[in-house]
Amino acid sequence: MAFAHLLEVDDIHSHLTVKDGTVSAVNGVSFTVDAGETLGIVGESGSGKSMTALSIMRLLPRSGSIVRGKVTFKGRVLTELSEEEMESIRGTEIAMIFQDPMTSLNPVYRTGWQVGEPLRIHRHVDTRTSIKAAVDLFKKVGIPDASKRVGEFPHMFSGGMRQRAMIAMGLSTSPSLLIADEPTTALDVTIQAQILELLRTLNRDYGTATILITHNLGVVAGMCDRVIVMYAGRVVEQGRTEDVFARPEHPYTWSLLRSIPRLDADEHEPLKPIDGSPPDMIRLPTGCKFTPRCPFAIARCAKEEPELLAVRDQLSRCWVTQGGVTLDGADLG
Amino acid sequence: MTAYVLRRLLLMLPVAFLVTVGVFLLIHLSPGDPALIILGEDRSPQAIAQIHQELGLDKPLYVQYVIWLGHIGHGDWGRSITTHQPVATAITERLPATFELGLTALLWSLLVAIPLGTIAAVRRGSVADQVATGITVAGVSIPNFFIGIVLIFLLSVSLRMFPFGGYVPFLQDPLESLRHVALPAIALGTAGAAINMRFTRSSMIEVLNHDYIRTARAKGASWRRVVFVHALKNALIPVVTIIGLQIGGIIEGAVVTETVFTWPGVGRLAVESIFNRDYTVVQGIVLLAAFSYMVANLLVDLAYAWLDPRISYA
Repeated sequence: MAFAHLLEVDDIHSHLTVKDGTVSAVNGVSFTVDAGETLGIVGESGSGKSMTALSIMRLLPRSGSIVRGKVTFKGRVLTELSEEEMESIRGTEIAMIFQDPMTSLNPVYRTGWQVGEPLRIHRHVDTRTSIKAAVDLFKKVGIPDASKRVGEFPHMFSGGMRQRAMIAMGLSTSPSLLIADEPTTALDVTIQAQILELLRTLNRDYGTATILITHNLGVVAGMCDRVIVMYAGRVVEQGRTEDVFARPEHPYTWSLLRSIPRLDADEHEPLKPIDGSPPDMIRLPTGCKFTPRCPFAIARCAKEEPELLAVRDQLSRCWVTQGGVTLDGADLG
Repeated sequence: MTAYVLRRLLLMLPVAFLVTVGVFLLIHLSPGDPALIILGEDRSPQAIAQIHQELGLDKPLYVQYVIWLGHIGHGDWGRSITTHQPVATAITERLPATFELGLTALLWSLLVAIPLGTIAAVRRGSVADQVATGITVAGVSIPNFFIGIVLIFLLSVSLRMFPFGGYVPFLQDPLESLRHVALPAIALGTAGAAINMRFTRSSMIEVLNHDYIRTARAKGASWRRVVFVHALKNALIPVVTIIGLQIGGIIEGAVVTETVFTWPGVGRLAVESIFNRDYTVVQGIVLLAAFSYMVANLLVDLAYAWLDPRISYA
């Protein structure tokens, strides 16, 4: 069967109940992922990146729920499936790896047992076969001494090795889509590069589509075909990575790119952080949510919230750029 | 692992020494002169002095202790003052009954506690959780002798479903043995069940919030598999500590229950001996109770090793 897209996320709204009220953590997010493609989702903590991923997997925490919208994967509407049907997709068709490899593996079971588990659940193989498969997977993701290490417990692994084991677990059933939620955030910089290289190789060799969630723009630039920028639970900019990086059409993306310290910059030049602090998700401002921190804001921004519309080669949720103004750092000094 | 067990056993020695000192002193501090019990009505000072001399009670306390300890070490736990039976024999005769009662009570408490605690944790805030919590509060606050009396009245006297009292050794007739042990075991085990349930519940709630539970869900594991395979083993680690204390406490816990159910175990022997001022037997039982705590603690530590590979015994 052929589908327009591998994954189609259509106007998803997810709420989280917290002590002080309800947070609209994901607010009308829509995007598509095609087979073999790598999509980056960037944004700061609390912008709704992880909640979007968990909404696709239908793994929101107890206090969370999808209140509106539709997720379609290979023609099946995930948001309408029963829990049992969803279980048959998780770990087989869509795999997910998480931010903190230190806490994402079960401390009381051997790594090989855990990595082979999706095969036991979905392919109904016995424990011995699954552990044998785990040895091959360990080799594939570059864990040395694989046949010995499958017998070890997670606490005997370094952070980088644990994340490799997590990736091996995700790949065990050759999924069509891998969601990597900040896979390198908890790791040393050198290890980060290795893990990203591994993800890139796997994407190339096996054609696994990848959603890479990160707050690191450098990672997106090196890895992703397309990128989504999220702010306050909304997509504020979306487009091909080279377009967005070359000429951001949303002030938030513009500020993010500008805040990256550069090695070739004058050493006396101060860092350029984004003014203000991330929004209070319970008391969001009316209008564009970025207005209080936006250097380009006009009167209309605080009153009405813009739609996500085409601006040149990408989509942007900004009155200023939709009105034809070009964002330019030089103007602001 | 062997080295660890040996080291643990070695470390138990000073504890064992303190326990013997404590037991020895406690009995000597308690009121009542054994000579008076042995003599009955004829209590002339000469006769009392003679008994004291025979029993070695005229010697200084530390000498008495060293002599006593030497005997204990050789398996000679003295003789009962009232029946003149060797203490070791008196206790060993009663041990199987207490052991069966204690083990059944523990099994009952775990069979109730672990499933109920798990359900309460998984569906926290639900009616099931609130009912389980209610049962817990009742289980802890109602004394076990009262539970025993109610059980006897309802199930044994009125409905005649279970026999009242009497002990049938398990090896003699397993089914009849279970019928006899059921009520006292429920009476003895209910408080433990309530405590174990609370521990299972809170530990399970904590474990279910861990990242690796989300990983298991992301693999496509069903809720049942997540709870019983991924969470339970982690959740039981703190529960094992409590179970260990309960195993150690079987003898002392059985004192009241065995009396209510006229159960011929060590607990009732203790009560009888206390009333008879049979201090050699009481001493033996207290010593046994203390040692069983020590052994239970060792077992707990070994169980940790099996449950949690992060604990190193190097």
